[in-house]
Amino acid sequence: MFGFHYRLERHSIALAVAIILVASVGGAVEIAPLFTIDETVEHAPDMRLYTPLELAGREVYIREGCYACHSQMIRTLRDEVERYGPYSLAAESQYDHPMLWGSKRTGPDLARIGGKYSDEWHFAHLFNPREVVPESVMPAYRWLSRNELSTDDLGRYLAALRKVGVPYSDDMVAHAADDAHGQATPDSARARGVAGRYGEPTNIRAFDGDPGRLTEMDAVIAYLQILGQLTKAAYGSAPDAGE
Amino acid sequence: MVAQLTQFERRLALIIAGLMALCGLVLAAFGHRDPIGVHGLIILAAAIGTMFVVISGSFADVPDDSHLGRYYDDPIKVGVVLAMGWAVFAMAVGDWVAWLLAYPEMTFDAAWSGFGRLRPMHTTGIIFGFGGNALIATSFHVMQRTSRARMPDQLSPWFVLLGYNLFCILAVTGYPMGITQSKEYAEPEWYADIWLVIVWVVYLALYLRTLARRQEPHIYVANWYYLAFILVVAVLHIVNNLAMPIALASAKSFPIFAGVQDAMTQWWYGHNAVAFFLTAGFLGMMYYYLPTRSGRPIFSYRLSIISFWGITFFYMWAGSHHLHYTALPHWVQTLGMTFSAMLLVPSWASAGNALLTLNGAWHKVRDDATLRFMMVAAVFYGLSTFEGSFMAIRPVNSLSHYTDWTVAHVHAGALGWVALITFGAIYALVPILWKRQGMYSSALVEVHFWLALAGTLVYVFAMWNSGLVQGLMWRTYSASGTLAYSFVESLVAMHPYYIARAVGGLLFLSGAVVGCINIWMTARHAPGTAQDAVRDRPLVILASRSLEPGE
Ligand code: HEC
Ligand code: HEM
Ligand code: HEM
Repeated sequence: MFGFHYRLERHSIALAVAIILVASVGGAVEIAPLFTIDETVEHAPDMRLYTPLELAGREVYIREGCYACHSQMIRTLRDEVERYGPYSLAAESQYDHPMLWGSKRTGPDLARIGGKYSDEWHFAHLFNPREVVPESVMPAYRWLSRNELSTDDLGRYLAALRKVGVPYSDDMVAHAADDAHGQATPDSARARGVAGRYGEPTNIRAFDGDPGRLTEMDAVIAYLQILGQLTKAAYGSAPDAGE
Repeated sequence: MVAQLTQFERRLALIIAGLMALCGLVLAAFGHRDPIGVHGLIILAAAIGTMFVVISGSFADVPDDSHLGRYYDDPIKVGVVLAMGWAVFAMAVGDWVAWLLAYPEMTFDAAWSGFGRLRPMHTTGIIFGFGGNALIATSFHVMQRTSRARMPDQLSPWFVLLGYNLFCILAVTGYPMGITQSKEYAEPEWYADIWLVIVWVVYLALYLRTLARRQEPHIYVANWYYLAFILVVAVLHIVNNLAMPIALASAKSFPIFAGVQDAMTQWWYGHNAVAFFLTAGFLGMMYYYLPTRSGRPIFSYRLSIISFWGITFFYMWAGSHHLHYTALPHWVQTLGMTFSAMLLVPSWASAGNALLTLNGAWHKVRDDATLRFMMVAAVFYGLSTFEGSFMAIRPVNSLSHYTDWTVAHVHAGALGWVALITFGAIYALVPILWKRQGMYSSALVEVHFWLALAGTLVYVFAMWNSGLVQGLMWRTYSASGTLAYSFVESLVAMHPYYIARAVGGLLFLSGAVVGCINIWMTARHAPGTAQDAVRDRPLVILASRSLEPGE
């Protein structure tokens, strides 16, 4: 073995090829099957897609780095299930490009935050967390309510996501910007379009309390309120936990 | 800088800079409504600056052939300076981030200065800015010296070094503008990623071309590690960054993988960024500077072979230990745990090999702070790999995951291993590069050593404590069978540890500042030496010289 190596280390290209081959095995064995084995992702027929407004909120969440302090992955441990709700299923993030499971809990897990608090609570909390929770170390995100939400690119977001496998329809892509406005403007014509395309249970309301303006605050709260609500698959298996 | 370039290289440099200026212009023009436009302007400015330097330097005479008889060290000097600059910048941001966790109002009411945007500035700045520049600079040094050959040309090392720093700048200026993919350690967006691939291919080619010119039949161990670092990082980077941009004039893209597949790809990348960026490259550093500084040959050649291939093979299986108890299929978690445990063997073989090399030179470790930096780094390497293998065991991870224990582990590796070995290598390298008898002040090296060690210990112990307390509070049940502590109670318990950590970080940072001053003074003022200049030469010219008549 050492004799072989004695010869190998005299040839730089052979050494390089050997490194690539030896290093490739682990990833190939562990990652490739995840795309083919059926059990990797559970079947969740009731799974709905992010609306354009929720998607925009998700982008704000990414942009502000909320994922650096908040996980969205409840592990299969008793204390986590009791604290945060039923453990997370793979199906719940099957349309998440990228996933936001996180690796650090400076703040609590948010996988099932949807519906836990009112919109007003979220607004006050994001505006100044210490107003609501005095001991909090979460940053204040005051500018979210100042910034108008830019909806120009939402159609392209949906189109790009469709290219990587999220089943958005032509109709959804074409109406992306309208739907974003509609979801935060209840009782408007545009609002009815949202319910038609994304289903009746979709939250349609002025998330930041002001139906006249569409802000980044609207988007983030819409996103937070849907976390853990896209499918009921996880609640079926553990009905006693959570709620 | 330009004076050393041949006429052909000067022209090529102009063409490359011209092409980049064009790319920058296109991005700036078509992306003017998007943050990508700002990056277009940065690229344009960098390219025009380069063109200016090249043109104004072009009036210098073309170098004659005598320079071929020397190693090409100019880019290495710049690399060392850049590495130290990034170190101070990124550690300062790290310490700011640390204070923010104790006093969240210590920032501006502005988006760019939020915790979530500053934190990746710290990680990218320190890993890629500091670590990457140190790796590139030392690899240029090591590959020439161990091959006894000069680099094949003068342009590609500059392209690699400056191009790489352009990538770092695009990354770090992107976060405050909100440009990020959110994938840890792979945050930069698609266009910066493509640029890095181009730089990396040139880097690999440069390395292989230098090795091809070598005058020694065998490729020295340090080069195996640097090669593994370059090759595997390329593979990881390309696969993990596959993404669909929403438009060519927009910074935004969506990764092609989703959910559980994305998670596995990300942590296969993330863990092996640790393995091949923060470990393999720095082991290469250790395998060269530790033996040369201590004047002892590597303890065991066979042990180096075993640990090298062990690390290359095992590490790539271990990524799934970042996803224990998650929605990742169980069999992948088990594989990750198993290989992480086995990884301890090659890791300790490397650490042991380094420490046993010092046998017979321990008096030097006592007297020479530079060597002591490397020795302590090897100890921390052993410690953090032991800790890592331990944390990879599922039940242990159930406690440590999501807590500050991970942060303690990270910084035991990052401060104790990565930063200390780098400082040791730089202190060994600087006098050679600037042809000095030694560092300007060995007392300042000593001061830096103690500041760094104290800072590391304070940081790591604070975070071990807070991590354990946090993990235990989250899972403690009261007598009545309900969870004993609310989340906010655990948060309050962290406060003193967060302050201690920030103080430790400040110690570490001031050490790095002392180092910068010392390096600056060495380059400017330390007494020179002519002694090594004769020995420190490539073999080629020595051989051909001996044929010249009259010699
Ligand atoms: C510095 C880390 C940090 C960042 C960054 C951060 N948070 Fe928090 N977050 C916390 C902490 C700590 C708490 C717990 C105390 C509190 O409720 O404020 C918290 C609590 C929350 C809660 C309430 C959770 C619950 O179950 O009570 C929500 C919702 C939330 N954060 C959303 C966000 C969003 C959205 C962002 C990004 C815009 C964000 N956080 C960024 C640290 C952070
Ligand atoms: C002055 C010294 C330093 C200070 C004060 C510091 C501080 C910090 C802080 C506060 C965090 C965020 C932790 C959290 O979110 O809870 C962090 C994360 C991190 N730092 Fe540092 N750091 C320092 C040096 C370094 C060095 C030298 C490296 C690498 C070579 C490094 C690599 C990292 C990494 C990889 C993370 C991310 C950890 C994770 O996601 O788990 N740091 N640092
Ligand atoms: C045998 C070697 C090692 C093993 C088995 C190992 C294992 C681990 C484990 C189990 C985690 C925690 C994952 C989690 O719960 O989220 C982790 C995190 C980490 N380790 Fe190591 N480790 C090793 C060596 C190192 C070294 C030498 C460094 C050098 C700096 C390092 C840097 C990191 C970083 C940066 C993270 C944080 C990742 C993140 O969550 O962002 N590790 N490692």
